[in-house]
Amino acid sequence: MSGVFYDRPRFRACGDRALLAEYGDGIDLALNRKVHAAANALRRRALAGIEAVIPAYRNLALVYDPLVVSFESLTAAFTALESELEAAELAEPRTVDIPVCYGGQFGPDLSFVAEHHRLTPAEVVEIHSRALYPIYAVGFAPGFCYLGGLDPRLHTPRLPTPRTRVPAGSVGIAEAQTGVYPSDSPGGWRLIGRTPLSLFNPSKADPFLYQAGDRIRFVPISEADYDRLRAAERP
Amino acid sequence: MTDTFRVISPGPLTTIQDAGRTAFQHMGVPVSGVLDRYAAHVANCLVGNPAGSAVLEATLVGPRLEVLAEADIGVTGAASALTVNGVPTPGWTSVRVRPGDVVDAGAPESGCRSYLAVGGGFDVPLVMGSRATYLGGRIGGLDGRSLAAGDILKRGPARLLDQPRRLPWFPLYGTQVILRAVPGPQDEYFRTALATFFDSPFTVSAQANRMGYRLEGPALIREADAPASIVSEPIVAGNVQVPADGRPIVLLNEQTLGGYAKIATIITPDLFKLAQAKPGDTVRFVAVTVAESAAIARQWAAFFSEIRTLLER
Repeated sequence: MSGVFYDRPRFRACGDRALLAEYGDGIDLALNRKVHAAANALRRRALAGIEAVIPAYRNLALVYDPLVVSFESLTAAFTALESELEAAELAEPRTVDIPVCYGGQFGPDLSFVAEHHRLTPAEVVEIHSRALYPIYAVGFAPGFCYLGGLDPRLHTPRLPTPRTRVPAGSVGIAEAQTGVYPSDSPGGWRLIGRTPLSLFNPSKADPFLYQAGDRIRFVPISEADYDRLRAAERP
Repeated sequence: MTDTFRVISPGPLTTIQDAGRTAFQHMGVPVSGVLDRYAAHVANCLVGNPAGSAVLEATLVGPRLEVLAEADIGVTGAASALTVNGVPTPGWTSVRVRPGDVVDAGAPESGCRSYLAVGGGFDVPLVMGSRATYLGGRIGGLDGRSLAAGDILKRGPARLLDQPRRLPWFPLYGTQVILRAVPGPQDEYFRTALATFFDSPFTVSAQANRMGYRLEGPALIREADAPASIVSEPIVAGNVQVPADGRPIVLLNEQTLGGYAKIATIITPDLFKLAQAKPGDTVRFVAVTVAESAAIARQWAAFFSEIRTLLER
């Protein structure tokens, strides 16, 4: 799906205390980068009365305190921000490496994915770990990344019956998407591996390893490395 | 800090909630928190707590608690048959309880959720800046779960009240609720359906919980040229999303992104009325502008200050 850029952001009211600023339509990396650049710029400015900046694919929400700022004053602030964004180069996205032990007990569906595409498991790992996956948005569950960039050779249907429990750290494929489960949850994705890293650690001051706008790279590791890194993750 | 209650029976769904976890919405962590801010605010004011202190939120039947340490409590929300040692006790007042007492919040006669505050606030670890229980993510409150029999509930440091506090009025929760809502953010998908939405009664279905309320009523048919779903975008409490079947769902505090179009968004000051609505109750929507909603927000902030002033006098 490609995107459409608007000439200037369109503003929508989302109730009495949120504003949606929309930069275009569709799922598109350049459009998404604009959203994250705006979100970062808004956070840097730390405008009074802003309670949250929530970026998504093509728009972001500003959650505000209507006692402190008004919808109109925020749209004016956005217009000022626009000129800054035009002038400043978008920062190069950060790449976050996520080690993954592919196959075996951690990737029970790796052989299915390989057979489905007439590839060897090693070829699936090679294709999956070569790409850089942009994080378009984080949501659905804490730390869950909506990633782009899955090679069409790996697009695979979901499980006919979802598993009742997928362990945290599992790496999977569902249709054109790939991703990691940050927490234990039910799920229907084809599991090809698992990371030993804790992607969501609520007891840390910064509970996450990445943010929307970053890119993720999956780095293949051995089972011995998995065990070593896993042991290091546990206090 | 101080062991204050032992849970004898928890009720079907009782959780520790505060003003919510707002700092990590961009990372998919929902706000959670109390659904009825009015009742929770009064409960905290009754026992001298700062705004947003952690309280118990009970759905339908409230908990039965054995008191372990002297404390002031305030029970508000769904009009309940509150008893202390079996003696009927009014809600919306502060109550001094002592070790050995048994507090039973009872079953509501009207409304859906009751709130129990204790002087000093319920003391559980702050997780990502909040004590609110997020059941789906199993974080906050008591290890991210609802209360269970045998749990020990602690409270923070508190000074007992010099004299009891009582609010001279309390809200009655009827079975017909009027909710003010700002059209959008995707109101252009529903140009015709907006009239239906604002003219028709809807009924709260059995599928109503802390995640959201599914409503029954006339189908909200989107314009022929409007897509069935949108690119996933941020969600706020009060969003009324309309899936392809035309049956609206009001989203509450447990989701940060979603891909359904929203016909309207209930204003924050009115969400308590929905939180107290039960399956079978009737809901009607009234349109307000953003400017009107800001004026209502100011009135509500003034009202909340007035409640505190009144109770602390």
